[in-house]
Amino acid sequence: MRVPGLIYADEGLLLDMDDKVSEQVANVASLPGIVKASFAMPDAHWGYGFPIGGVAAFDPDADGVVSAGGVGFDISCGVRTLLTGLDINRVQPIKRLLADTLYARIPAGLGSTGAVHLSATEMDAMLAGGARWAVEQGYGRAEDLERIEEHGSMAGADPGAVSDAAKRRQRDEMGTLGSGNHYLEVQHVTAVYDAAVAQGFGLAVGDVVVSIHCGSRGLGHQIGSEFLREMAIAAAQSGIRLADRELACAPIRSEVGQRYLHAMRAAINCALANRQILTHLTRQAFREVVAGAELTLLYDVSHNTCKVEEHKLDGGRRKLYVHRKGATRAFPPGHPELPHALYSTGQPVLIGGSMGTASYVLAGTHRGMREAFGSACHGAGRSMSRSAAGKRWTGRKVIDELAGRGILIRSPSHRGVAEEAPGAYKDVSAVVDAADRAELARKVVRLEPLVCIKG
Amino acid sequence: MPWEHFAHGADIGVRGIGASLNESFEQAALALTEVICPLEGIDARESVQIRCEAPDAEVLFTDWLNALIYEMSTRNLLFSRFAVDIRDYRLTATAWGEALDRERHHPTVEVKAATYTALLVTQRDDGSWIAQCVVDV
Repeated sequence: MRVPGLIYADEGLLLDMDDKVSEQVANVASLPGIVKASFAMPDAHWGYGFPIGGVAAFDPDADGVVSAGGVGFDISCGVRTLLTGLDINRVQPIKRLLADTLYARIPAGLGSTGAVHLSATEMDAMLAGGARWAVEQGYGRAEDLERIEEHGSMAGADPGAVSDAAKRRQRDEMGTLGSGNHYLEVQHVTAVYDAAVAQGFGLAVGDVVVSIHCGSRGLGHQIGSEFLREMAIAAAQSGIRLADRELACAPIRSEVGQRYLHAMRAAINCALANRQILTHLTRQAFREVVAGAELTLLYDVSHNTCKVEEHKLDGGRRKLYVHRKGATRAFPPGHPELPHALYSTGQPVLIGGSMGTASYVLAGTHRGMREAFGSACHGAGRSMSRSAAGKRWTGRKVIDELAGRGILIRSPSHRGVAEEAPGAYKDVSAVVDAADRAELARKVVRLEPLVCIKG
Repeated sequence: MPWEHFAHGADIGVRGIGASLNESFEQAALALTEVICPLEGIDARESVQIRCEAPDAEVLFTDWLNALIYEMSTRNLLFSRFAVDIRDYRLTATAWGEALDRERHHPTVEVKAATYTALLVTQRDDGSWIAQCVVDV
């Protein structure tokens, strides 16, 4: 190990944590050019090369690497939360209609296709422009952009570095939710922990919000697979010995490293454009049910990325390549990347639950910035495998149980619902409490679901 | 069982077991389809030719599964029958299946990619072959 491994967790989380997490943290700590430490967030679990919940930064001046495995297959998967301006009392009587309208508008699940089909020229413009491109096409508003990481458009993306196969795979998938743990939820604020920051975010108890969890769809998966393969082979040729093939990486200052960064950034733009189109569809659905409904963007975070960021290190400031695999960027108050309206609160850190469990909004802290490159957890993480969950529950039973608690599920797949049952996930509250106590990010509000559109 | 699933923290593993390397690849492909939806009910109405080449058998195995994932995704197909022929880490194969029908096939989940996690292609002491890896869903 070139640097220490550091796992953030309380005793309970640590005892439950897969043994593979410490092994993977140690493997990452051994990669060339890693600085400070190999981190695992409180929701860490067995991932691919890197643990899910892993954070690691690499210095290009110290032969640092970029890792396709360290970003993962769902590049720029993330969460965005929209304020609806409605409260729970307004939404409860129309909840069923809202659920049906959203389900009709939002393409979800395998085999669903989006309404947006891009020509080759449009595909390249989307990959270069991200959510900014989507807004220019009429999907959303200019003021959405400042509330998205990178102001909605990842610089340094090169559509030319993206294979034809990846583009082909994306052709019918723009504006689709995907499947697995991806979802769109209507939620309400059930607790406020920091009144001042909550006010800054525009959140109060009873407020209804919408959270969207999805990523870069087929394009990102294809780029992830192609570069993992190429880097695994190139690593052997550059003399990098990998403890696990999935750690596949290449020097930042290498041809393949640069080409991956250009393609990966294009995939980030694809994810941002995708969530922007889904936001547009969500706004349409809300207006169909509630005349004049105005949905505004709180923030959009990506939790599978590698980004160049400036951090304090050894008394100086350095440009580092920060990998967050299943970890959320959590910049503190006063960070220059934040829009004016969020300058004093810090960045909203959006933590997704699973159907039926709570979600949380946290805020970035100075301590998290100093200690862990401004990073926090991203969700709960599974406690039970898909097969075990599929055997233990039926989709019908999960849907009925949740309906009894006032949560409406809309999904094309009953088996998918069973595999994503709330009981198959760890307790997101314990994860968030650990992040809060470690001051990686500060708890602001708790959200509970009313409607879940599940892919 | 000639194919099976195995547990992974976040995702699921696919394993094919066969009398030959070819058969283990075919069986693992059946396990891949079963992650998505039941094999029964997928008719072999049309076929797709697949070719891959890799530096070793394990990379070839992930290439094979990723090629199927790509064909399923871009052609909106599901596959239920496979014939694989591997020579010197060069694979040629035919996959038979039909267009995905959401009403009839009830797909559960999309597979994003075959990974290098728990990746193994080997011949066991009894002469049978095993090919496996975790797939990201």
